[in-house]
Amino acid sequence: MIIQKQSDIIPSEITPKEVFENKRAFLQKAGFGLLAGSATLLSHSLHAATLNITNLENATKPARAPSLIKANALGSRQKILNFTKTTYGADEKLTSYDDITTYNNYYEFGTDKSEPAIHSKLFKPHPWTISVEGEVKKNKTINLDDLIKLMPLEERIYRMRCVEGWSMVIPWVGFPLAQLVKWAEPTGNAKYIELISLVDKQQMPGANLPILDWPYTEGLRMDEAMNPLTLMAVGLYGEHLPNQNGAPIRLVVPWKYGFKGAKAIVKIRFTEKMPLTSWMKAGPNEYGFYANVNPQVEHPRWTQSSEKRIGAGLFAGRIKTQMFNGYAEQVGQMYAGMDLRKNF
Amino acid sequence: MLTLLKKIPNKAQLSKIKALVFFLCFIPLFRLIFLGIQEDLTANPIEFIERSTGFWALLILLATLSLTPIRLLTRRVWQLQMRRMLGLWMFFYAGLHVLVYLWLDFGFSWLDISKDIAKHPRILVGFAAFVLTIPLAITSSNAMVKRLRERWKPLHQLVYVIAILAVVHFWWLVKKDIREPLSYAFILVILLGIRLYDKAKK
Repeated sequence: MIIQKQSDIIPSEITPKEVFENKRAFLQKAGFGLLAGSATLLSHSLHAATLNITNLENATKPARAPSLIKANALGSRQKILNFTKTTYGADEKLTSYDDITTYNNYYEFGTDKSEPAIHSKLFKPHPWTISVEGEVKKNKTINLDDLIKLMPLEERIYRMRCVEGWSMVIPWVGFPLAQLVKWAEPTGNAKYIELISLVDKQQMPGANLPILDWPYTEGLRMDEAMNPLTLMAVGLYGEHLPNQNGAPIRLVVPWKYGFKGAKAIVKIRFTEKMPLTSWMKAGPNEYGFYANVNPQVEHPRWTQSSEKRIGAGLFAGRIKTQMFNGYAEQVGQMYAGMDLRKNF
Repeated sequence: MLTLLKKIPNKAQLSKIKALVFFLCFIPLFRLIFLGIQEDLTANPIEFIERSTGFWALLILLATLSLTPIRLLTRRVWQLQMRRMLGLWMFFYAGLHVLVYLWLDFGFSWLDISKDIAKHPRILVGFAAFVLTIPLAITSSNAMVKRLRERWKPLHQLVYVIAILAVVHFWWLVKKDIREPLSYAFILVILLGIRLYDKAKK
């Protein structure tokens, strides 16, 4: 765990970490750009570099852009004051904060895994409201701060396995989705739950490209949603979620591939029919509704029988991927009798 | 650009140009070593090295394939003298790319590697592309050109197959955002198209 020492430097005197890192990322990309020969090939990285300069300038001139002060303040690391520790994953070696927050699949902020950390800096996760609709007694909308007051927060260390064959161990802070479902009061017709992310083309540069069918949509069967492991995360490493990790609130389903974890959730819809998720639309033979981690079911692009643990180093090799990502005991019975090759 | 290429460098200038290109081709390797020492190869260094070496192999391959279109457009031939050097640099980065895959990614576990190749079309085409570069690298010396005589040229026309496989390999890696592989495919179509157009004209 990170132990932060109290410091007598006031926060405004410190160069914000993101500004510093931005500069480094920019220098790296610029250096890389010098090497490339063709203007066509370059346009992409030059575009990224230009964006970085803009961010850098904005971030260092808060006086001229008052709205950014707040964004920066929120973008800086804030501790979550009240949460209880749990024994989940207590024996796991945590992936570093830096790795968790600089290697993200979050296409609304760019398709390269380094992009979300850069392009989400000005994203405003506060104030935030979540609406509940569909097969519920009554449609509801709630402010996230009010919702969190109703839900006691806890820390849980979960493994996360990406469909691309890498994995991390992340100390999330959140509450079980089951509690939110109870609060939402679904009707007896509700068989599935659909979680819908924000799509804001102003704040999310990647959402301007037709790469996925926005808004990003994910779904769970009701029993999966009610499983005690299923978490709505609002933080990691004891701090509010960084923007690139899905601030202010995201789904975490540790026995499924990472893409099930919808980020920046604004809407929850209860349905009778199985919802069609963004990735199911994008590649129906590659990404199924269940997307359970399963070393026996191959993916056309990536090996699923083993994985690379992020942060383990160049020579660490691969580790065996476990059925349901090692959570078979807690979730296996939900899939008893199902053909998991068909329901991948 | 075209007028610049129309100037014919003398022998001394040509060797300087060659030295410069040689040096430029070293930079991606230096960069990886430098970033490695700085521990700055991102959260997933193996993937980063794989992507980087793959990118440079493909880029240098496209550069190699652009020398003939330059000849057709400018009627100058001096640049063709860099073909072998660029081809070998392509082979070098492709070799590193495959080595990192076999060693760092899969730890020379041949069972897992053969499964990975057999089950994933993108790996299969990439591996096929690399295997095809091996005879080209072996037969790149002057002695081999002399020995193979008229068989040398058809053998080295394999480079077109290699280029197509390499672009497909990259295309199939990408989950959804195909802009980057699409731009390489576009460049390859142009480079091969100029050749076909020239052939058709004759």
